Amino acid sequence: MKLVTAIIKPHKLDDVKDALKAAGLHGMTVDEVKGFGRQGGKTEIYRGAEYVVDLLPKVKVETVVPDELADQVADIIVNAARTGKIGDGKVWITNVDKVIRIRTGELGNDAV
Amino acid sequence: MIDAGNTAWMLMATGLVLFMTPGLAFFYGGMVRSKNVLGMLMQNFFAMGLMAIIWVAIAFSLAFGNFGDGGFLGNLDFAWMRNIVASPGEEAFALTIPFVLFCAYQMTFAVITPALITGATADRMKFKAYAIFIAVWLVVVYAPVAHWVFGGGWLAKLGALDFAGGAVVHINAGAAALAVILVLGKRRGWPREGMHPHNLPFTLLGTGILWFGWFGFNAGSALAANGIAATALINTFLAASAGMLGWVVTERIKDGKPTTLGAASGAVAGLVAITPCAGFVGGMAPVYIGFIAGVLCLLAVQLKFKFGYDDSLDVIGVHLVGGLVGALLLGFFADASINELVAHEGVFLGGGFSLLWYQFVASIVTLVFSFVMSFIIAKVIDKLVGLRVSEEDEDEGLDYSQHAETAYSFGATGAMDRR
Repeated sequence: MKLVTAIIKPHKLDDVKDALKAAGLHGMTVDEVKGFGRQGGKTEIYRGAEYVVDLLPKVKVETVVPDELADQVADIIVNAARTGKIGDGKVWITNVDKVIRIRTGELGNDAV
Repeated sequence: MIDAGNTAWMLMATGLVLFMTPGLAFFYGGMVRSKNVLGMLMQNFFAMGLMAIIWVAIAFSLAFGNFGDGGFLGNLDFAWMRNIVASPGEEAFALTIPFVLFCAYQMTFAVITPALITGATADRMKFKAYAIFIAVWLVVVYAPVAHWVFGGGWLAKLGALDFAGGAVVHINAGAAALAVILVLGKRRGWPREGMHPHNLPFTLLGTGILWFGWFGFNAGSALAANGIAATALINTFLAASAGMLGWVVTERIKDGKPTTLGAASGAVAGLVAITPCAGFVGGMAPVYIGFIAGVLCLLAVQLKFKFGYDDSLDVIGVHLVGGLVGALLLGFFADASINELVAHEGVFLGGGFSLLWYQFVASIVTLVFSFVMSFIIAKVIDKLVGLRVSEEDEDEGLDYSQHAETAYSFGATGAMDRR
């Protein structure tokens, strides 16, 4: 099994979620995170003083899928999350040794 | 003759009504997404700044000059604060409070009326365009309508009644909201994306402030500390209560659960509907009026999904519909024993249909005038400076894109460096 992790722009979450659902994916875990890459920060102003906010809000999407689906899921996320502008985020795929469904005790692909 | 008791009450009522605008800000602010809450609060708060100045500069005079002329617009007698402080206005207007206090009291109405529109245009209007819009709107739309009704203009002479602004405030703002969103368009992603409220406790807090301030709005519209003010106060209370019950009971039947947003919305719907009626009805009439408004406004807010217009926070469903419900129900419930200004009693008091007809005319004229003028103003501003933020700015949220601020910054990851 593979873990597909994506860091995306917050307002693209609905698009990504809908695209994955449409492809028949059964679940995902979503987190609100902050970070920076090449986009850099933004400047906020409080009483005339400028502050650089370098950690921007992003959304992290994680989903565990069978090996053969990993590339397809990554493609779906990339297409749904892309705006073409800097700060669109990244997707990466990692190996998962073992998955257990808590309710039934099922293992591996049966559990994802 | 200036009366000390009346003056004391109206000084306080002015403060009460002003407090409604921050209340409205939180009522709306809780319902938007967290990236737009400062944008919403700012639009409402900024109305307290900009509208007040335009009011004393020109709009008050256009609304209340030529008082009682039965006409369409005032004059410039009181523009730029002329003839306001040391004036014979008290006698000319048959006031028992200082004329300058009358100006201040009416100013609080001029602040909140354009601010009501922000609920419909939420999350997507440029701040600059908003500021220009409300500035022009106050002079071109609000001042004439206030003159027709409050300033002894043609609708008042016709025989239409509007105790505290069912037409002037709520139908007017609701029709304007509909016009502006037709020019502005829908929020990106609406109605597919769920854009649910980010902080309902704020909305409930705002509702409480509105309810509290509304006593100044309606009971203050008696312009005196008297029995009519007291009647207006209890009517206001009862209509809000009944509006809440009407909405909550209906949604319990329709959707299965009584909701906090429903309770808040129902109370506001009741308050809107009682506004034109407050000092003209008595007995259990406010309960009927509030309850009917609560039920009808709940049904009306579903229409946006049917017709596909993005009235984001239901200004049309609550204020336009609630205002119409109140204005028309006054034609049934107006009671001359409550207020001698009721020349034609309502249908249920045996007064026939003449008042109902005047109410209908006043409502429709206000609706059409406000809609057409607001549509034109919005179109012109759209051509000149653009009404709507860019797609990127809308995705980013109004807080940062319009104001370079963030509403909520919790924990260490919110830390920033001074440049």
